Amino acid sequence: MELVVDGVGHAYDDLVALDGIDLEVRDGEILALIGPSGCGKSTLLGILGGLLRPTRGEVRLVGALPPGTLNPFTYVFQDFALLPWRTVEANIALALEHHSLGAAERRAAIDEVLALTGLADFRAALPKQLSGGMRQRVGVARALAARPAVLLLDEPLSALDAQTRDLLMEDFERLWAQRRITAVYVTHNLDEALRLADRVVVLSRRPGRIREIVTVDVPRGARSMAALAGLHERLWRTIRDEAASADREIAADAA
Amino acid sequence: MPPDATAAPAAGRTVPFRGGGFAPRLHRGAALVAFAALIAAWQAAASLKLVNALFLPSPLQIAASLYAMAATGELFLHVAASLRRILLGWAFGTAAGLGVGFAIGLFGLVRSIGLPLVSALFPIPKIALLPLFILWFGIGEPSKVATIALGVFFPTAIAAFGAVDNVPKSLIRMAQSFGLPPFDIVRKVVLPGALPGILSGFRISASIALILVVAAEMINAQTGIGALVLLAGSLMQTDQLLAGVVVLSVLGLVISFVLGRLERRLLRWR
Ligand SMILES: Nc1ncnc2c1ncn2[C@@H]1O[C@H](COP(=O)(O)OP(=O)(O)OP(=O)(O)O)[C@@H](O)[C@H]1O
Ligand SMILES: [Mg+2]
Repeated sequence: MELVVDGVGHAYDDLVALDGIDLEVRDGEILALIGPSGCGKSTLLGILGGLLRPTRGEVRLVGALPPGTLNPFTYVFQDFALLPWRTVEANIALALEHHSLGAAERRAAIDEVLALTGLADFRAALPKQLSGGMRQRVGVARALAARPAVLLLDEPLSALDAQTRDLLMEDFERLWAQRRITAVYVTHNLDEALRLADRVVVLSRRPGRIREIVTVDVPRGARSMAALAGLHERLWRTIRDEAASADREIAADAA
Repeated sequence: MPPDATAAPAAGRTVPFRGGGFAPRLHRGAALVAFAALIAAWQAAASLKLVNALFLPSPLQIAASLYAMAATGELFLHVAASLRRILLGWAFGTAAGLGVGFAIGLFGLVRSIGLPLVSALFPIPKIALLPLFILWFGIGEPSKVATIALGVFFPTAIAAFGAVDNVPKSLIRMAQSFGLPPFDIVRKVVLPGALPGILSGFRISASIALILVVAAEMINAQTGIGALVLLAGSLMQTDQLLAGVVVLSVLGLVISFVLGRLERRLLRWR
């Protein structure tokens, strides 16, 4: 199974957010999308999962979905998007209730993702009782429960502090070592992208175009700072320029 | 800096504290004491004949009048009649208001038509329509219930669509992204998300129902607290009149207490 992005562009009224994106998301890979603020990363992710209609081009799914898939394109949101009136368990159940699963099967699925994300002791807690890190773990558990073909993560760690972010990155590494879920991971953080992704797509400032696609050819287990230094240095230079221009552009917009 | 017990504290002045105030704290019992003091002062003024008992009967007179009406059962007759009208009118008005409010919140066409309509009709004092309702529905109960229902309908509809509008779009998108069917999204996301706004709308609509029931009963009724108050006034029985007012106040407090419990129960997640 593969996701092919073919000439996708998007405009909000007059504002062109994305332009001429050609890309494929390969089976089992983790693809990081990185780019300056406002370059259209969320827009592209929304188009990938069918939440937004592209103004130009299309996204095609090539090949068969993995067996057992419930919700082919499943998101993990920056602001977690948990229902505050539902417990952890019930929030996860939301992803399953409208699918025809038996009660026992649903329960088993919930137990499995709770265990996988270290939430077993928190199943009866309400979101307001949880830290940001735990809330995002619920977001991840809910997404996994939906048995996605492609996991779409929109800056899943941006609302968290640096330490929690590191902990969750370890969770993601562990998770992806256990099961190969195709994922698109949007971030504006180069370290995050280099640590987690197989390939990194660098977008230009708005209108977002693909500047560069880089394969991270260091095995995920061996990605020390030193091993990534060269790549980091090179990509940072590209991103820095884009970010600096975007920064000035936004300032000009506001004036 | 490591703590050093032997060092003399450096001379200087304590930094003045400026962060006080603007955080009202509840003083327990203060309200009760103030309330008791007010009633005591009132009673004292009456006992010392500082005020004419006809113009302002004393708390004891009012209590005696309440007791007398309770003993004959007359009081409960009036309260029951008013409560029945309130409950019926409020239930009809709320059901219709929630239905229309949700439709305005969810559907563009209904919003385009409903919003200006509601805005135009909301400011009409509904009691002005009672004579018309009497023509339509007759002099009995239905015209009073309809007046209350109409009065309740508008604030409920407005609260409902405002509450629907305030459900975070991100939650609705989340539900869509998990493939929930539209009806499930309304039931599982919009409805519970709108509940806080709807419940605070209930507070407003309940007090409107209370006002309208009295007004309607004053215009034409044999029973009900409004009728009781009006009759007592025309007979110069001011102690009975104020007894009716006390009952209204208690009724208002009870309604607000019940709604408060309901809110705490249903909105524990906040
Ligand atoms: N619904 C919308 N209506 C109008 N403009 C929008 C809308 N959503 C996004 N935009 C604009 O489109 C551009 C791209 O937005 P998008 O959210 O995709 O960027 P992003 O790369 O995800 O940014 P960030 O890093 O801030 O998350 C931005 O300039 C944004 O202001
Ligand atoms: Mg974004």
